[in-house]
Amino acid sequence: MADPVIKSYEPHHESRSAAVTESRPVQLLLMAVAFAFLAIFLLLPLIIVFHEALAKGFGAYTESLSNPDTRSAIRLTLLVAAIAVPLNVVFGISAAWAIAKFEFKGKAFLTTLIDLPFSVSPVISGLVYVLLFGAQGLFGEWLRAHGIQILFAVPGIVLATVFVTFPFVARELIPLMQEQGNGDEEAALSLGANGWQTFWYVTLPNVKWGLLYGVLLCNARSMGEFGAVSVVSGHIRGLTNTMPLHVEILYNEYNAVGAFAVASLLAGLALVTLVLKTLLEMRYGAEIAATRGH
Amino acid sequence: MTKPHFKKLFGALVATSIQFGTLGFAFADTTILNVSYDPTRELYKAYDEAFVAHWKAETGETVTIQQSHGGSGAQARAVIDGLDADVVTLALEGDINAIVTKSKKINPDWRKKFENNSAPYTSTIIFLVRKGNPKGIKDWSDLVKDGVQVITPNPKTSGGARWNYLAAWAYANANDGGDEAKNKEFVGKLYANAPVLDTGARGSTVTFAQKGIGDVLIGWENDAYLALNEFGADNFEIVYPPTSILAEPPVAIVDANVDAKGTRKVAEAYLGWLYSKEAQTIIAKNHYRPAKPELVDAADIPKTPEIKLISIDDPLFGGWKKAQPYHFGDGGIFDQIYKPAQ
Repeated sequence: MADPVIKSYEPHHESRSAAVTESRPVQLLLMAVAFAFLAIFLLLPLIIVFHEALAKGFGAYTESLSNPDTRSAIRLTLLVAAIAVPLNVVFGISAAWAIAKFEFKGKAFLTTLIDLPFSVSPVISGLVYVLLFGAQGLFGEWLRAHGIQILFAVPGIVLATVFVTFPFVARELIPLMQEQGNGDEEAALSLGANGWQTFWYVTLPNVKWGLLYGVLLCNARSMGEFGAVSVVSGHIRGLTNTMPLHVEILYNEYNAVGAFAVASLLAGLALVTLVLKTLLEMRYGAEIAATRGH
Repeated sequence: MTKPHFKKLFGALVATSIQFGTLGFAFADTTILNVSYDPTRELYKAYDEAFVAHWKAETGETVTIQQSHGGSGAQARAVIDGLDADVVTLALEGDINAIVTKSKKINPDWRKKFENNSAPYTSTIIFLVRKGNPKGIKDWSDLVKDGVQVITPNPKTSGGARWNYLAAWAYANANDGGDEAKNKEFVGKLYANAPVLDTGARGSTVTFAQKGIGDVLIGWENDAYLALNEFGADNFEIVYPPTSILAEPPVAIVDANVDAKGTRKVAEAYLGWLYSKEAQTIIAKNHYRPAKPELVDAADIPKTPEIKLISIDDPLFGGWKKAQPYHFGDGGIFDQIYKPAQ
């Protein structure tokens, strides 16, 4: 019984390894190219950000971060992320649930629509809101009559951020939920769980890693978004400048230390995200592989 | 990871969002927003501080001035789209007129509201070259020579860039006997020497001074001095061409907004005080040219060479209402002469 299995396996394995095993120099060359590329395009710029930020010493660095306008930019960025990310979590779960678990008309259309922010330039995403909520826009008159300020204020910045970040959570969850199918949920329901219990104890634990990845990516992008936010911000110092916008302003004022100090915070955030993701993978690697299916 | 962990994470997320949601912004008694163009950041930073102190001493009220800076045309667009400006202090009349015609938020006779056609300071366009002036640039004619790289922003988006263009046009006109075809040829050659057109004046200054591109920067007088101070006089030199343009950056109350917000009194005082002795001194110290130099101590006015300045109201241009569409409108002269580098 065992012999035939081995025989049929061996030749296949041999032919495969012969096809993919390059000579040692080629392997080294490929690795060198990959590392050099990463060093030049990722590591070097990152080092320069921190180098410029600390160019005039640590005192100047902390001083520029304690500037009131900078503080307000940091606060605004955190506020926007704190609104946009939970909104996108709710939206992402609902959309993924609908697409993965139900059959309905317009499903393909909905899936395509979710990808829209990836394919649309962020500047357009911002301009869309100007056309909708601007004084000359579709709802401009009505908003003004009711004293509601959306554009050039926090609501507009949040809207633009939600727009550009909404695919992240949904995109992580849809393939995961589709792959898992309805089996676990059907089992739970047949054992007497209600809808909410099924969601909370079966579906959510099944997709938690995908969800966490989506949240991390969504958060990183919502803090880093420049184009769309720039269009709807109005650039009022200390009020509607987010961190990326503030970096540009400080740079244009020849305040290199200030600009790179804020940039280093954003870069630091990206690093934290990366470390968090790696730690999760190390600690729960097997579990993630099991639930993600790859 | 067990379920309770996950609940905790979720709970923390919700708690964070609530905490940040309640932060809000603290407002002083009155807040007014000054929407301005790019190079005035340093000027209004100093002026706002002085005005807040002046207003407090005069009325006992605390006023907070918010600033927004960007390309002049883009800033006008934002006000049209609903940016809640109390006052606009832009690079040129044309941008304020755009707000008047497109949104009707500013009264059409705004130029009569303050002295000197509502221009509390003027400025001009000069050259910034690298130390030692290696290309020997002295006048506009040197900018069209082969091998000279000229840095100037895009007149479609930048107010300062339009002044640059008009200054070059005025020079050409005076030197070729007013032949428009020759003017076009001259200005066309100048832009052929421009490797890049930034969207704003400040962007061009950064391109020239910080990125080290180009042999000569055409720019605002105050921006040239600022770059000189920031990067050291051992790197750059200022060159005054014998002729240039008289740039009159105007200010205006955004009537519809101040009436809606009830801030007319302080907004009018804010712009009116620009003509005071203190403000005119701040203006001079920031390398703008005060509209009322007689108020300022002679020692506070930077010494600059005497050069011939041509006004936009000169018959050559016929004012902004005529010059704007003729030179910078769709299919205007700039569109005819400018071909982006291949």
